[in-house]
Amino acid sequence: MASGVKPRVKVPKQAAAGEVITIKTLISHKMESGQRKDSDGNVIPRSIINRFTCDFNGENVIEVTLEPAISTNPYFEFEAVVPEAGEFTFTWYDDDGSVYDTSKKIAIG
Amino acid sequence: MELTRRSAIILGAGALFAAGLPKQGSAATSEELISAFTGGAEIGAGDIELTAPEIAENGNTVPIAVSSGSAAEILVLAMGNPTPNVATFKFGKLAGSRAASTRIRLAGTQDVVAIAKLDDGSFVQASSTVKVTIGGCGG
Amino acid sequence: MKKLTGAIVATLLASTVVSADPVDDNLVLNDETPIVTRAAAPAHVADALDEVLSGWLFRGTETRAMQADDFDNPGMIFVEQAMETWKTADGTEGKSCSSCHNDIDSMAGVKPTYPKWDAKAGEIQTLQMQMNECRTERMGAEAWGYDKTPAINMEAALSSVSRGMPMNVAIDGPVQSAWELGKEMYYTRTGQLELSCANCHEESYGMMIRADHLSQGQINGFPVYRLKNTKLNGTHSRFKGCIRDTRAETYNPGSPEFIALELYVASRGNGLSVEGPSIRN
Repeated sequence: MASGVKPRVKVPKQAAAGEVITIKTLISHKMESGQRKDSDGNVIPRSIINRFTCDFNGENVIEVTLEPAISTNPYFEFEAVVPEAGEFTFTWYDDDGSVYDTSKKIAIG
Repeated sequence: MELTRRSAIILGAGALFAAGLPKQGSAATSEELISAFTGGAEIGAGDIELTAPEIAENGNTVPIAVSSGSAAEILVLAMGNPTPNVATFKFGKLAGSRAASTRIRLAGTQDVVAIAKLDDGSFVQASSTVKVTIGGCGG
Repeated sequence: MKKLTGAIVATLLASTVVSADPVDDNLVLNDETPIVTRAAAPAHVADALDEVLSGWLFRGTETRAMQADDFDNPGMIFVEQAMETWKTADGTEGKSCSSCHNDIDSMAGVKPTYPKWDAKAGEIQTLQMQMNECRTERMGAEAWGYDKTPAINMEAALSSVSRGMPMNVAIDGPVQSAWELGKEMYYTRTGQLELSCANCHEESYGMMIRADHLSQGQINGFPVYRLKNTKLNGTHSRFKGCIRDTRAETYNPGSPEFIALELYVASRGNGLSVEGPSIRN
């Protein structure tokens, strides 16, 4: 598992049924591109988050395929429809096989 | 700008020259990426907007946004990077809009291109030139 | 000969000058915390500057916006990590920072006065030195390396709870001689490029150095998340880099020279709000 990887998400605590909300996500990850060389001249192998998904109550909101050109500490902002109360789940997939996830509940009000 | 297939090829060739001969491989790769995404279909202009700064403060972290009314999927390419592929956004059933923002790495001044596959199966493209600068005293 | 080289470099710099004013923009964090980015110059520097300006005003639109929201600001990731460390016991005494200091929010008002004289220790201390004193003498823990990850993260966390408060370092009394040393360093040309801090940051702020917008070199925004290396950077590390870039023998983080320089440079920004962690190039 890559070290120091920590996800953060910003989701409103509540929304009206059917409202469109803005979600922001950030995960601390080096995103080693595979383009850099170490001091001995050897290529530092690629090691990035390569996929991100956001689901709500089991239904998909967005899926992102990431390439090495996504900056360190990948950041995404997007919108989701909130049909009912429930839980957003956020999942990041690492080249090294690790999976990081977090979730946030939202109420209708 | 009306983007016919001819223009897209010329744009690709232009990117080849812009990227510089040592990076000859990269333009071929962007052609492949585009044709894998579109299946060779014609790319028009229209329902796709790409927001990127005119001058990037630093090529390491360049904020961009893509937005469309009816895109099912949006492919983002950095035509001058060693590997042009940046990200693909696929909107699910509960997407509140066909839009997303992120931060990307740009190796130098280049065109950033967003190609959208719309709900009706057609493809549209937008591009933005981002100047990536070398600043300061190198510190 | 040295003076001539310096003059030639200065002429080259001057002849390729392009100027761009700092922006006319206001910084309010999270729609609630106003940050003072322009202030009247403190008395001791009023002969050289009318106004002191935060580095924020010299950055591009997107960079400035990134700093205005704690979620968008990547520096806050490291602040959060430090806030976990704050509550975690470390060392032989089984204490965490919170054992003595309670909630980190109670540390508001600490950052604006550092570096400062520590009477008991009989020396000037930077914030990291003070942290290490707590760690080694009260927690039985190992000192953190200067500007290394745990130290710089904690400095950012302590800075973050003081955001919006004015920088207010003392320059007289027991710190005066160090302050004078710092001031002398600031105005002394060094290196193959024969440049002093003042040449760029006092005489040339607002100008473009290649494609970078030169700031006044204030440190109210430190620790800084630099887009260039996508991590937090401390003042001493930045000083080290700047001096290295004048092609001079540079000093090490934690050295007496940099403690003095940090005190002096901090005092040039007295009145500006604590901004760290800020986002810069």
